[in-house]
Amino acid sequence: MPLPADTDVSSPRYLRDKYAIVGVGETTYTRGSGMTTRALGTWAVKNAILDAGLTAADVDGMLSYQSGDSTFGPFIAGDLGIRLNFYMDVFGGGSSTEALIGIAMGVIEAGMCRTVVIFRAMNGYSQVRIGGTGARSAAPITGDMLHSRAYGWQSAGQTFSFTFMRHMYDYGTTPAQVAAVRATHSAHASNNPKACYKERVTVEDVLASRIICKPLHLLDCCVETDNATAIIVTSADRAKDLRHPRALIRAIAGRVCKPRADMHYQTGPISTVAGKYAREILWPNAGVGPQDVDVTGSYDAFTFTAMLQLEDYGFCKKGEGGEYVSDGTIRLGGKRPNNTSGGHLCEGYTHGMSMVIENVRQLRHDVDDSCPVGPDGKRRHTYDYKEGGCRQVKDCEVSANLGWANPGTGSAMVMRRD
Amino acid sequence: MSITADYLGMGLRLEDLDGENVAYFKHCAEHSFHLQQCDGCKLLRYPPTTACPWCMSREARWVPVEGKGAVHSYTEVHHAIQPAFKAHTPYLILLVDLDTQKGKPTADEALRVVGNLVTSDGKLAPPDVVKTVGIGTRVRMVFSDAGPGLSLPQWAIDGSAAQPDKPWRYPQE
Repeated sequence: MPLPADTDVSSPRYLRDKYAIVGVGETTYTRGSGMTTRALGTWAVKNAILDAGLTAADVDGMLSYQSGDSTFGPFIAGDLGIRLNFYMDVFGGGSSTEALIGIAMGVIEAGMCRTVVIFRAMNGYSQVRIGGTGARSAAPITGDMLHSRAYGWQSAGQTFSFTFMRHMYDYGTTPAQVAAVRATHSAHASNNPKACYKERVTVEDVLASRIICKPLHLLDCCVETDNATAIIVTSADRAKDLRHPRALIRAIAGRVCKPRADMHYQTGPISTVAGKYAREILWPNAGVGPQDVDVTGSYDAFTFTAMLQLEDYGFCKKGEGGEYVSDGTIRLGGKRPNNTSGGHLCEGYTHGMSMVIENVRQLRHDVDDSCPVGPDGKRRHTYDYKEGGCRQVKDCEVSANLGWANPGTGSAMVMRRD
Repeated sequence: MSITADYLGMGLRLEDLDGENVAYFKHCAEHSFHLQQCDGCKLLRYPPTTACPWCMSREARWVPVEGKGAVHSYTEVHHAIQPAFKAHTPYLILLVDLDTQKGKPTADEALRVVGNLVTSDGKLAPPDVVKTVGIGTRVRMVFSDAGPGLSLPQWAIDGSAAQPDKPWRYPQE
């Protein structure tokens, strides 16, 4: 949707529209990459640099995030001949993407470097299983983990489920409503040639799949995959002459927490997530509200996480998230599609990066679906969302990414088309 | 000397340096539940921390707390992640509102203590008992002995309490 006419676009306080994402890239999404995270990271960073129309000499900043499961930035930079004026490797998973984009803006604004590439490289299936199996579940239980893992309360699904169940109790949210998230994202993935799981599934398929831990069925949970992803951030001025229309950054909220981040369930309501706090930063700084957003990227580690965030960022009234995700709004062709790539539930698991990448492509009006490519190298989108067809959102102007670490911590970003 | 134990085949370890947890588990080993009470504002807190989240005081004393409450939320695990739990599915992980300090210092706050549903002797509850518990079930604390000096606080159905007619359970069994 077009921006409100009275929006102030000059505010230096928020750096609104002063920075842009100019390049995005990824490896293939696989279960079994057969290579190191160093090789994966190099591949994705190179793709992002080529996508932007830059060279190694144009990039002088690097950020990455990981959980002791990846390769540090200087190795990737060294392999590609990038000389760095700034780098930092941050500990963390989901919710890092948007936060690191904010950090990139800050260090460029501070004059520390000019152009930053952010990457996440992971063998989340073949090396360190994100779900907590393998090496992660074999480690001895010490310190604060004695209050969690000793109770078989370890995986993301297990630790988040108190919030998921309580939302059903507090608001009457039904399993079928939430299962619609998977059905919808699978339809989106069927139009994404690079998605790991392209098969369309129904709400009934989700409900018939086995229970992992209540309220999560197997198909309520995202996939575990091997892949790397990369994003390039630079100033809006430098972005002007690059290959693609700029995805201008309106606002960022980074790792916003509920009270008691050490054990957030101490403070309720536990059916409310960190988005309740993040939205107070996100929307005023962006100068837009949920009603202005054309496409969302609400983190779908689980069907529930996508629903809870859409609700707490104000895309619907509190308690009506179940209805919002099951009434057709979030489908391609609906009023505000969510995770048009298929997201973490279907495309592949990247700790949030791929959802930002997808929205950058949406804002360029150039998502990589199966529509025919014209002589100018751009796709001729049909807006026919049948299986195997188009996944470009028509007239996409404003996007919102809602990143999730856990019910108590989240990040967010609003972007607009140039 | 750190304290180590083997619990259901999982290695547990309590390091000497970890003063707050050492104190917490010392009481648990005696089958007595203690929490830190802030010397400044007198509020209790869980789990053990190094300062008071309401007044920043670093000073606290360990006081006995009644292990009674009601289930605030739960998950029922059918696909265990840790090998130790695979033989015990389905098992319940409970988030329990203690009666003590419930609704303080704000209406949305409570001491919410995590534990498994166990039988009165501290063993993980069998499937027919798991099926009866949901949000609202009244529970009492018991302890599972992991080894010398290390016991875990757990939850058992409180047979002496008035139970809700029908605790809230996930609708799909």
